[in-house]
Amino acid sequence: MCLAIPAKVIRLTTNGLADVEVEGVIKEISLDLVDGVEPGDYVIVHTGYALTRLDPEEAERTLQLFAEMEAEA
Amino acid sequence: MSILGKSRLARPLDIANGRVDMSHGAGGRTMIQLIGELFLSAFDNEFLRREHDAAIFQLPPGRVVMSTDSFVVTPTFFPGGNIGSLAVHGTVNDLAMGGGVPQYLTAGFILEEGLPLAELATIVESMADAARDAGVAIVTGDTKVVEKGHGDGIYINTSGVGVVPDGIEIGGERALPGDLVLVNGTLGDHGVAVMSKRENMSFSTQILSDSQALNDLVQAMLSAVPGVRVLRDPTRGGLGATLNEIANQSGVGIELDEAQIPVRTEVKSACELLGLDPLFVANEGKLIAICPPENAENLLAIMRTHRKGKSAAIIGRVLEDSRCFVRMKTQIGGTRMVDWMAGEQLPRIC
Amino acid sequence: MKYIEAFRDPALASGLASAIAAATDPSRTYRFMEFCGGHTHAIARYGIEDLLPQNVRMIHGPGCPVCVLPVGRVDVAVGLATQNDLILCTYADLMRVPGTRFQSLIKARAQQADVRMVYSILDALKIAQDNPTRQVVFFAIGFETTTPPTAAAIMRARALGLKNFSVHCNHVLTPPAMRAILGTYSDLGVPDVALDGFVGPAHVSAIIGTYPYEEFASVYKKPVVIAGFEPLDVMQSILQLIVQSNDGRAEVENEYTRAVNPEGNAKAQAIVTEVFEVRSSFGWRGLGEIPQSALKIRGEFSDYDAELRFSVDVPEARENKACECGDVLRGKTSPSQCKLFGDPCTPDNPMGACMVSSEGACAAQWTYGRFRQLGVREQAT
Repeated sequence: MCLAIPAKVIRLTTNGLADVEVEGVIKEISLDLVDGVEPGDYVIVHTGYALTRLDPEEAERTLQLFAEMEAEA
Repeated sequence: MSILGKSRLARPLDIANGRVDMSHGAGGRTMIQLIGELFLSAFDNEFLRREHDAAIFQLPPGRVVMSTDSFVVTPTFFPGGNIGSLAVHGTVNDLAMGGGVPQYLTAGFILEEGLPLAELATIVESMADAARDAGVAIVTGDTKVVEKGHGDGIYINTSGVGVVPDGIEIGGERALPGDLVLVNGTLGDHGVAVMSKRENMSFSTQILSDSQALNDLVQAMLSAVPGVRVLRDPTRGGLGATLNEIANQSGVGIELDEAQIPVRTEVKSACELLGLDPLFVANEGKLIAICPPENAENLLAIMRTHRKGKSAAIIGRVLEDSRCFVRMKTQIGGTRMVDWMAGEQLPRIC
Repeated sequence: MKYIEAFRDPALASGLASAIAAATDPSRTYRFMEFCGGHTHAIARYGIEDLLPQNVRMIHGPGCPVCVLPVGRVDVAVGLATQNDLILCTYADLMRVPGTRFQSLIKARAQQADVRMVYSILDALKIAQDNPTRQVVFFAIGFETTTPPTAAAIMRARALGLKNFSVHCNHVLTPPAMRAILGTYSDLGVPDVALDGFVGPAHVSAIIGTYPYEEFASVYKKPVVIAGFEPLDVMQSILQLIVQSNDGRAEVENEYTRAVNPEGNAKAQAIVTEVFEVRSSFGWRGLGEIPQSALKIRGEFSDYDAELRFSVDVPEARENKACECGDVLRGKTSPSQCKLFGDPCTPDNPMGACMVSSEGACAAQWTYGRFRQLGVREQAT
């Protein structure tokens, strides 16, 4: 139920909804909880809503952190 | 003498706009017309042309294998197939999983009053094509009609007979510690394809059901490796349920390697979005094969050269385990159970 | 899958496992609670405990909204569906939870009640629009992740002028539950179980930000590391908790920076505040009465409050006396220590909520981990 997954915004549709894609699968969800989302942005999707944007730079930084931990060990 | 001509009603079936009604199941001339113009013409063979209630035939030498399956999938039309093609593939595959060469099928229909004849005709055509491709004949059948509201458009039952050649011994109880576990391709395609058309699911994808007959692949496999011990198709309940059945029947444990299990990206995505485990999603064109370890590479090579086994993989091994657990090394190196689920993740997928 | 697969990379996992092993002080035990049910599920499903040293223990917390819903409220859901001519919509997780005398929503549906599983409250809104002559009730559960969608949907319903849609609100709050775990509301003020820190929830934090956890660091002196859902996120967070424990520090750290910022999602928070207010108290399964720990619909939106619109006759709520869900939820008992675990309590035949919900500690242990004997871990290969 906590299921939340990063998805890419493909297009904005009507009524505050948007089509998002998780590699090959497209679903229509609501943007009522976020502002200023554009096609190409990544959002975290939960029970049919975008909860927040995913920050690609922070994602890269986190992966870097993992790699550093691996290297140090 | 054929009664089709004598029974002829004033007008032929209106396939384009007509619907099934109660008279089509009543045993009278309307029913004969439906059977003749729709079923007999599509399935046409020497047995059906005799217009008997039952088919009489000889089987080639060997042990007889028989199987039955009923199909209630909803929606009846899904990407990659429909309830008709599924009904043929399903029973052909059950016979093949016993090591048999499928020969003849029956087809029983329960039609709901109001079912458009155009849909029924498409379904019947699909069955005829599927049977022809699989090299089997549909030799006898039955038709019933139920009142509106009492059936979901159409239910189909198919039963089949085939012959198991001497020297082939396949069974769910035959797996031994040390054996290897193979699959012929990607898992979860059928379940996701059907789900994508369910109204309350509302996601779109290019995934097609993998529904296909596997008897030709099985023949190629058994010719090369007659020592295959277990064959089974992971339909409802998916790979997880099927392996648990086999583990318990054989009194062994099974250990899988998640990184080796082929799953299409779109299927992974759909499962992530909906909170499903691809290991438990239905397949209709896949098989699990368990063979002695010395045969596995050869079997894999044979499967990969066949068009229905291009993505075949060795996904695990059989071990001693009195608890008969199925476990999996996860992609990050930990271990988890592949539990024998109580019920369906998704209803009415087959 | 972008931003998913990379966070499950086996080489990085192995590296983090080595880093954790190197950081762990062999002379002590570390006890960390993963609060959120999604983390409980991830830990079990990936077998993360196999990659941890034996002296690092994960205690499963109560962050499973199905699991903490009191039996009485389950009975209300069943009563709503069976005693009124309405369409009851809820998330799939709630369908099989047993209430008093083992009645559940899935059994109610088999007895002709109109109960429908939905993926989103938006589906329930649509059902209401498609069935204007029927009452539709959405039985809302969830922590702060799931509350904003309910609030947004209620506002949509008002904008649409829907007259046949209402919500039964059972939304709960994370920080009060964490305080309860730490003994704040027990008579002695002593926690049931010693904890060295928390793996903080991923998506609750995306909504509420990181500031609400400061009190656990500064007042209760427990480190909190907010973690994403993927296995590498969880492992990195455990590493950070170990390092803080070794250093004697207690700080709030954010590992899930790609989705969580300190302020959280202000828009979502505002929508929630507009539609809901805090109840003075709420009974949690296992944790008992906790003040200011749950939400109800504000008066301005009372037209959408199912608790006002429908009355329900419920039996006196009764839990199975032998059920130890309460102790499991507080981290006091591990699932395999419960006397009912496995026999007769299994996902097929659940005695309590912890076994029904896919995020419940018992279901996770049973479904993914029961091959392990208590305390013995598989060697990660």
